Amino acid sequence: MRCIICQQEVIRDVTWQTFLKPPERKKICNHCSHLLEPIYSPCCPSCHRPDQELTCKDCLQWFESHPGLLDRNVSVFKYNEFNKELVARWKYRGDYVLVEAFKEEIQKKWLSAGYQGRKVVQVPLSVQRLMERGFNQSDAIIKVLEEEPLAIFDRTHGEKQSKRGKKDRMHALNPFTLQLSISEPVVIIDDIYTTGRTVRHMADLLKKQGCSSVSSFTIFR
Amino acid sequence: MIKIFKNYLHNDFSWVPQQNPPHNHPAIAGKLLLPQEIPFSNQQIEQLLQQSILTKIESMESFAWGHRCRRCGNTKTYLFAKMPHASCQKECLYCRACIQMGRVMACEPFLYGSSSVQWPAYESPCSWSGDLTVHQQKAADELTGLVKTGHGEKLIWAVCGAGKTEILFPAITAALHKGKRVCLATPRTDVVRELLPRFQKSFPDVNIQALYGDSPEKDGNASFIIATTHQLLRFARAFDVMIIDEVDAFLFHNDPSLHYASERAAKPVSAIIYLTATPRKKQKKRVRSKDLPAVFIPKRFHGHPLPVPKLKLAPTLHRCLKNNQLPPKLLHHISTQQSTPRQLLLFLPSIKRAEEIAASLKKLNYEVQAVHAEDSQRAEKIAAFRNKEYRVLVTTTILERGVTFPSVDVFVIDAGHVVFDEAALVQIAGRAGRSPDDPTGEVVFYHIGKTDEMLDAISSIQYMNRLGRKL
Repeated sequence: MRCIICQQEVIRDVTWQTFLKPPERKKICNHCSHLLEPIYSPCCPSCHRPDQELTCKDCLQWFESHPGLLDRNVSVFKYNEFNKELVARWKYRGDYVLVEAFKEEIQKKWLSAGYQGRKVVQVPLSVQRLMERGFNQSDAIIKVLEEEPLAIFDRTHGEKQSKRGKKDRMHALNPFTLQLSISEPVVIIDDIYTTGRTVRHMADLLKKQGCSSVSSFTIFR
Repeated sequence: MIKIFKNYLHNDFSWVPQQNPPHNHPAIAGKLLLPQEIPFSNQQIEQLLQQSILTKIESMESFAWGHRCRRCGNTKTYLFAKMPHASCQKECLYCRACIQMGRVMACEPFLYGSSSVQWPAYESPCSWSGDLTVHQQKAADELTGLVKTGHGEKLIWAVCGAGKTEILFPAITAALHKGKRVCLATPRTDVVRELLPRFQKSFPDVNIQALYGDSPEKDGNASFIIATTHQLLRFARAFDVMIIDEVDAFLFHNDPSLHYASERAAKPVSAIIYLTATPRKKQKKRVRSKDLPAVFIPKRFHGHPLPVPKLKLAPTLHRCLKNNQLPPKLLHHISTQQSTPRQLLLFLPSIKRAEEIAASLKKLNYEVQAVHAEDSQRAEKIAAFRNKEYRVLVTTTILERGVTFPSVDVFVIDAGHVVFDEAALVQIAGRAGRSPDDPTGEVVFYHIGKTDEMLDAISSIQYMNRLGRKL
């Protein structure tokens, strides 16, 4: 078995436990799994910003300008340098299978986040970007979570979020349009939560159409 | 059946179109591109396809037991993966080995541009007026002969500092004079950056392009291209003259995709020149069996012998390195060395060690900088060292070859480490005494026990010196 990130052979420690148990298949090596840095508490209770004990400044601003829009966000990993590199490889270069590297931790977090029973909403790409990239990152994550995606949004083509500064993003127009209203509580699945603008654009439309509660789940924060 | 196995085991490039209709789009000449890499509109592409100037080529070969990516030659099953592809609504195969250059998918064909473009023929492109030594001249004549016949291979086996670049000038002149397309490929970005200004100075009127990972120019539409071997992944059957520098370098030696790409980049009928100071076993074997004609230059251009490394035992080395220190004996040696006008190059086995030792030397008030592969200011730091702006450069094997500093002493710390193989040690020793004004230099290998690699390196240097004396 080779590490899906660095392609080195995964050599497991030999202990009595690994010796006696049937071998479990590990997708990533120890070295890489250390670099991934999952988020543990303390973190901001409403957006999962790591190394923060109380509600963070960004969230307080959001509460002031858009109260009650997004219930909370749960994220799995810190968006550190190593992960930035991985996201570039996964999303922009298009190395689809890298999502497997995050699988174990994502599934663990998903179970502990308490989102079961909510409808899972996918973040769409514009048709142009989807053809360019070949896959939708949000769909890829939902597949890993073994849930059914709800594709109820459309997106107009614009500049990539990652190419914009914070100020630009905050004042950007809503690129989404809602095709189908839904009243049950939902969770939006995306890859990165940076300023929280994207998910709130979607939450805004959902709430206006009578959705009772909107939360989000992202891999990186 | 046998044919299938043969195709799998040997690199087979018969899929590159043999017909090459002439055209005047140098940007696609001899290139193997993904559809989105073509700098034309869809309409133009359609038209070029009809004229069969562009040809669609299937991007992967399939075998009963696996696949091969036609861009990088990857056949390892763990470097292929499948993904649900939005535009075909199916699970499609893609290659993970060369994904840094854009994803190759089995369902998306490459577009290959015909290689017959009329390249400009330069009347007298070379303005270099220096003199070649007798040995250099002999090698240069052989290469010019090879370029003129236009078909064959040749290995230039020249010691570090023999002036390999200058040997190429007459051959490149001959090629450009005839309007041939030339490529000089080398495994390292630093070397490309260093070679470009040298060639631009010697060939002032020729359009020379340098291609590397983040090069300012990306078109690759010139008739003379200096590129890293990685960039050759985008070329197929493109060059009449192919010069491969440092065939023995670790990067090139250990990456089958670079062999695949450089083999494919040359035209079926072309002159291929290999340059090396430390050929690997494979090349030595070919030379010995007269399969690969070789030209041997055992003498440096200034005529002085190569500095022979000294071995020094430092039993406490590993313990000291663990504490981010150097043994007192070595520190003493550095301080006596620093009282001479020469600068000092320190080689360490890893990036982490190099940074630690640089930091500890800084504390002792030396003017010191560390340079390694992950350093974003690498080029600036190397240039500053060459301008004698500081005294000590701590580095890893990244600087083992291709860079020239006029007057340095070289210490290798922990020379027994696996990264320092024979070729690397010979190359490192070759950094000293490069300039005719200061043709000697001290090379010391600090170790905790001699290894075969160190001894082989020393005996190979002594062998070259012996051969050099005889001439």
